[in-house]
Amino acid sequence: MQKIEDRSETKYYLITLKVNGDSYTRAVKANTLLVNFLREELDLTGTKKGCELGDCGSCTVLLDGKPVNSCLVLALEAEGHEITTIEGLSQNDKLDKLQEAFVENAAIQCGYCTPGMIMSAKALLTRNPHPTEGEVREAIAGNLCRCTGYVNIVKAIMSAAEEQQ
Amino acid sequence: MYLPDFEYYAPATLSEACELLEKLGPGAKVIAGGTDILSKMKQELLFPKAIVSLKYLSGLSEIRLESNNDVIIGAKATHNSLIDSPVLQEKYPSLCNAAHQMANNQVRNIGTVGGNIVNAVPSADLPPLLIALGAKIKLVGTNGERVLPLEDFFTGPNESIIKQDEILTEFIISEQSLTGSTYIKFALRRSGALAVASVAVAVAMEGNTCRKARIVLGAVAPIPLRAKKAEEMLTGKEITDELLEEAGSVASAESKPISDIRGSAEYRRDLVRVLTRRALRKAINEGHV
Repeated sequence: MQKIEDRSETKYYLITLKVNGDSYTRAVKANTLLVNFLREELDLTGTKKGCELGDCGSCTVLLDGKPVNSCLVLALEAEGHEITTIEGLSQNDKLDKLQEAFVENAAIQCGYCTPGMIMSAKALLTRNPHPTEGEVREAIAGNLCRCTGYVNIVKAIMSAAEEQQ
Repeated sequence: MYLPDFEYYAPATLSEACELLEKLGPGAKVIAGGTDILSKMKQELLFPKAIVSLKYLSGLSEIRLESNNDVIIGAKATHNSLIDSPVLQEKYPSLCNAAHQMANNQVRNIGTVGGNIVNAVPSADLPPLLIALGAKIKLVGTNGERVLPLEDFFTGPNESIIKQDEILTEFIISEQSLTGSTYIKFALRRSGALAVASVAVAVAMEGNTCRKARIVLGAVAPIPLRAKKAEEMLTGKEITDELLEEAGSVASAESKPISDIRGSAEYRRDLVRVLTRRALRKAINEGHV
């Protein structure tokens, strides 16, 4: 990891991250969090910031396919890993099945938890294409929604799973 | 919430990491998963001058069974890798289960076993069970390595015997005589909640006679606490419901809980009584570790 100093002796590190299939090289400070790297450096503002302490899950992204809280990962620590954000799910302007299912099942109210919720669900369905309701609830236990009561969210994830069959 | 500035190092070898920690001094902290240290920094509970990352150190995430039947768990193994480990599912499913009760999926994907220990939080989930299983830890420093029982590691909330230049590299579980173990956690929610009280139990049974019992209480003392009097009263005895009930009461009397936002000291003491009895019954009945 190359270290660069600017005129005021602030240190930057040159890192390359693969985000949604594309490689981005940026000079970042050590204290740059992955969530801020995504939102501020790459303008990928689909990933939300909520509690910023790893409790609410609104900043959930996939790191090598696994859901993590991007507010608790340093951009430097994510170097060399593959990141998928909510922007990476749609293909050729077509929404992912999960995104469609959230729309169809009215699983969205204010929408703030939705990107993180869908990333957790995406990881679940990749690993376990036919989850039980219990497994769905467990997979999204780290994603808090204060609007919906989760009923339609669970319904949406289950229906996306059925559609895969 | 932004993080304060700090120096960042990502050494390529373990010895380099230890030397850096020594050179940089007490202001330098290790980062593995980062779920604990970064949230503490955001809450202004910790202000490290420098962070030494373990990200390039290879071989520290492995979970394996040695030819002598020792189970080795690398300190960088994440909680979810514990849950998914075929070795642990076979040898110590109780550990998979305890790891599953931690935090939430996102944190379990990145938080490490080593971090859960070194942070020395009294309510942490893995220390009680690892101690009950007789786990040893390996600490590597600039002057070589030392192996010691995990039980001797903790000295107080957020405090342990680890030296500035040392890095926890692995856990070794070599106990072969156990017939059952379990971890029961009582928390206010099923996910994303710290233990109000927890009890880990490991037993070696011969028929209905208890040959060995280890009972370790979590979140009811400054450090994970062995309930030694309760253990003694079970050793060599035929197990009856009355005896387990009594062991629960003895363990409860040994606990030293405080009152805080999650529960009062009285409530915790009563939880210890009930959870100890339940955990003992479960570990005894299971017939496997």
